Amino acid sequence: MTRADVHMGESREATAAPDFRSDLLSLIPFLRAFARSLTGNYESADDLVQETLVKAWQSRDTFELGTNLKAWLFTILRNQFYSDRRRAWRQAPWDQDAAERMPGTSQDQNWAADLSDTARALRLLPDEQREALILVGAGGFSYMDAAAIVKCNVGTVKSRVARARKALIAILERQDALPSRQRPDQGEAAREIMAQLDALAPSEPPNGTGKKRNKTRTE
Amino acid sequence: MSKDDSENGNKSRAIRARQRAIGRELRRMYDGVVSEPVPDELLDLLRRMDEADLETKKKTS
Repeated sequence: MTRADVHMGESREATAAPDFRSDLLSLIPFLRAFARSLTGNYESADDLVQETLVKAWQSRDTFELGTNLKAWLFTILRNQFYSDRRRAWRQAPWDQDAAERMPGTSQDQNWAADLSDTARALRLLPDEQREALILVGAGGFSYMDAAAIVKCNVGTVKSRVARARKALIAILERQDALPSRQRPDQGEAAREIMAQLDALAPSEPPNGTGKKRNKTRTE
Repeated sequence: MSKDDSENGNKSRAIRARQRAIGRELRRMYDGVVSEPVPDELLDLLRRMDEADLETKKKTS
């Protein structure tokens, strides 16, 4: 007896698919966002979402109705990401080059390739910290759901998130101390954030950004 | 001593503010992707899987 028989009954199975399909459809944008955060790359992120949708579709009978479909899908996506990457590493190193060769196309603006310092800094975090921070800090998952997705306990997720935040701040502070690179030009929000970060930095202001600073500190 | 205290206070306030700024930036990036239109390939994929499913169901039942 399959799971579908149990929860739906044979006669209603035909209507189960459209529900599952529309739920899946509505969650695709979130899968894309999570995938983008894992891969840091537009194209491989959508490839990953494709694989995830196929896997989810094939194993939808194992999804327990009433539980968190989003978390279930994120789990599949994450597993797929790591197993793809393991395979890529075993085969050839060129996949990594492919991931890095992608310059900032316009579609990449929202994630990682070029826009904000935070996006760049995020790439420097260990995977486990980055994914925990994204799930909790951006994806809105509870620590408990995040723990289920990354298969560890809640305490571990909490400490990973905390370490990720700390590390990001440290990286951004280091970047602020560097001579000016080009600052993001598009995006009011990014500019705003940078202005806030600059204003908050207690020392070592970035030079040459053209931002006004009040030199009220004692010399 | 009170100067140290206030300096520590300023520092931890600055750290908290930085964390908030980072949080906002993370959500901005994430939400930015969420609000992108879903590419046609993904929509097509769902449709194809659905159709393939109906086909096999017809055959088996």
